Amino acid sequence: MEIKKGIGVSPGVVISTAVVLDAEDLRVPKRLVAAEQVPVELDRLGEAIGAAVVELTTLRDSVAARHGKEIASIFDVHMGMLKDKYVFQQIMQAIKEQQTTAEYAVSVVMRRQSAVFANMKDAYLAERVKDIHDIEKRILHHLIGKKREDLTKLTNDVVVIAHDLLPSQTAALDRTHVKGFACDVGGRTSHTAIVARAMAIPAVVGLGNITEEVNTGDTIIIDGSRGVVIINPDEESMAEHREFERKHERLEIELRTLRDEPAQTLDGQIISLQANIEFPPEIDDALEQGAQGIGLYRTEFLYLSKETDPTEDEHYAAYADALKRLRGRPLVIRTLDLGADKYREGAESGERNPFLGDRSIRMCLHDIPMFKRQLRAILRASTLGDLRIMFPMISTLIELRQARMVLKDVEEELEDEGITFRKDTPVGMMVEVPSAALMATQFAKEVSFFSIGTNDLIQYTLAVDRTNEKVAGLYCAAHPAVLMLIRDVIRAGARGGISVSVCGEMAGEPLYTLLLLGLGLSTFSMNGPDVPEVKKIIRSTTMQHAREVARRVMSFDSERQVMHYLREETRKIIPEAF
Amino acid sequence: MATASRDILVQNAMGLHARPAMQFVDLANSFASTIIVRRLAEPPAEADGKSVMQMIILEAGQGTPLRIEADGDDADSAVAKLAELFETRFGEE
Repeated sequence: MEIKKGIGVSPGVVISTAVVLDAEDLRVPKRLVAAEQVPVELDRLGEAIGAAVVELTTLRDSVAARHGKEIASIFDVHMGMLKDKYVFQQIMQAIKEQQTTAEYAVSVVMRRQSAVFANMKDAYLAERVKDIHDIEKRILHHLIGKKREDLTKLTNDVVVIAHDLLPSQTAALDRTHVKGFACDVGGRTSHTAIVARAMAIPAVVGLGNITEEVNTGDTIIIDGSRGVVIINPDEESMAEHREFERKHERLEIELRTLRDEPAQTLDGQIISLQANIEFPPEIDDALEQGAQGIGLYRTEFLYLSKETDPTEDEHYAAYADALKRLRGRPLVIRTLDLGADKYREGAESGERNPFLGDRSIRMCLHDIPMFKRQLRAILRASTLGDLRIMFPMISTLIELRQARMVLKDVEEELEDEGITFRKDTPVGMMVEVPSAALMATQFAKEVSFFSIGTNDLIQYTLAVDRTNEKVAGLYCAAHPAVLMLIRDVIRAGARGGISVSVCGEMAGEPLYTLLLLGLGLSTFSMNGPDVPEVKKIIRSTTMQHAREVARRVMSFDSERQVMHYLREETRKIIPEAF
Repeated sequence: MATASRDILVQNAMGLHARPAMQFVDLANSFASTIIVRRLAEPPAEADGKSVMQMIILEAGQGTPLRIEADGDDADSAVAKLAELFETRFGEE
C-alpha cells in the first residue's frame, strides 16, 4: 500500500481499478509482451503507420491548397520517413527480438535515429531531428490512440491515471465507466479539474509521478475531498474509504432533493442558476442537477477533440443537439475561445506571452472564414430554441464592433441564400479583461448581456498566472480589486438595463454565493454539480442579509479578511460546507 | 542481371538535404533494381538509395563525391536518371 498526497480538485471518494494512460510526449514505458502477442504488435505497427500515412496525406493536401506546394513539400519528407523500409525493418526487429509493445519499439528506434541525426555536422541536416520527433509522435498518436479508443467503450468501472489529461483525451472518454482521475500535474483550474467537476467524479492532481507508480489493473482509492490517492490499499483503508464513499453518496442524495425546488431567497428574490458545459451530452446531467439553462457553452472543444477544424455542419449539429436537450431553456454559446492555454493539437503558437497574445476573439478576427463558419452555424440553429451568442475576451469597443460587423455580414449572406434565422438573437460579451470591466457602462449600451469570466478577470487584474505554482498563491477571487470590478460591472449592467451573470469558477463556490447575491447578481453559471449547494445557500438567506454581507465585504482591504468573514457567514447557513 | 554505376559530385548549394534526398528516393523507388549510394569522401559510408533516412545520414554536402550503383534489370536507366537529378541540381537555382 502506498499513500500519495496531491491537490483534491473534485470532491468524493472512489475505489476502483486503474487504467494508466501513457503521455505522448513522455518516454514510452518499456512494456514486454508474451511471445504469442508479437504478431499482434506487428499488426498494430502496420496499422498505425498506415493510418499516419493517410492522415499525413490529408494534411499535406490541405496545406498545399492553402499555402502552396513549396511549404507542403516538408510533408513529402515526413511521408518518405514514415514509409522508409529501413526504419520499418528496425522497428519490426525490435518488436520481435525484444518482445516489446509496438509503441516502445517505435520510440526506441526513432530515438536512436534522432541521435544519429543530431550528431551530424551539417547544422541544417541536424535540424531534421525535429521531423523525426514529429513522425514519432504521429505514429505513437495512432498506437496510443488505439488505447484511447478503448476508453470510449469500457465494460467495467475504472479510474484514469495520466500525466495530464488532454482535452482530446477527455473528449473521447466513456463517461459512464470512468469514475475518477489522478494526474501527475495540474491545479484547481486545470482542464482535468474542470472536466472532473462537470462529471461529478473525484479527482486529485499534482501527484508528481503517479503514472510511474501505478500499473493498469492496480486497485486505487481516489479521495478527491482530501486530495489523497492510495495505491493497492490494505483492508483497513478499504473499509474506511467505503464508509466515506457511502457518506458522500448520502450528501449527494440530500442535495438532489433540492433539484426541483426554485433558487429563491427567503424574502422571495428568484435567482437563475445555470450550468457551464463543454459537450452537449453534459446538458442532461446539468438539468438533473437542477440547472435552468446553459450559461456558458465552451465551443472550443469542437476544435480540440480532433486535428481538422469542424465544418459548419458539425458546428450546427452540436448546437442543434444542445438546443434539443434543453427543450426551450436558454443556451449561451460562447464563440471560439482558443489560444493561451488551449490549442488545437499540434498548433501551439510559440508566442512569448500567449495569455496576452493572439487568442480568443482576436484569433477569430484574424481568421474571418473560420469565425464566419461558426457564426453561420449558430444563426442557422437560432430558430431551434432560446439561443444567445457571446463573444469572449473583448478588450475594446472596436473589437466588439468588428465582431458584430462579421455577424452582420453572416446575417446578410444567410438572407441572400434564403436561410431562416432569428434576427433578434441576443448578443452578449464576456467581461474578463479589466479594460472591459472599467468601461462596462459604455459596453452596456452595445450588448444585451454581460457574463463575467472571473478566472481570466482575476489573472489579468492581479497579473498572476494561476498555473504557475510559484505565484498561484497570489491568485484569489477575494482580492478587493477584483471585487470592486465585479461590483461595478453588475452595477453598470443594472443601470444599462441588461442582465449580468458570472460564469467563472467563483459562481460555483459556495464561499462567494452570499457576496455575489448581495452585489445584485441575478444569474450564476457554474459546473452542474455545484448547483445544489449554491441553491441551498440562496434558499437559506434573505436579500437583505446578503446585501449587508456585501457591504461589509467591500469595506475590507485584504483578501484574508474577506475570506475569513465569508467563511464565518456561510458556515452559519450550512455548517457542513467547510 | 545487370549492374551499372556512375560517380557524381553533389552540386547544389545546400547539399543532399531533406527535399533532394526525398526526390532521389522517390525516383529510386520507381526502379526494380537495388540502389546503393556510396560516399567516396572521408568518412566513407553507404546508403540504401531507397531509404530517405539513410540518404540523409550520408551527409553529402556541396562538393561531396558519390557513387550511384544499381543492380537489376533496369540498372542502366536507373543510374542514368538518378545521376541526372544531381546534374540538374534537383531543379534548384
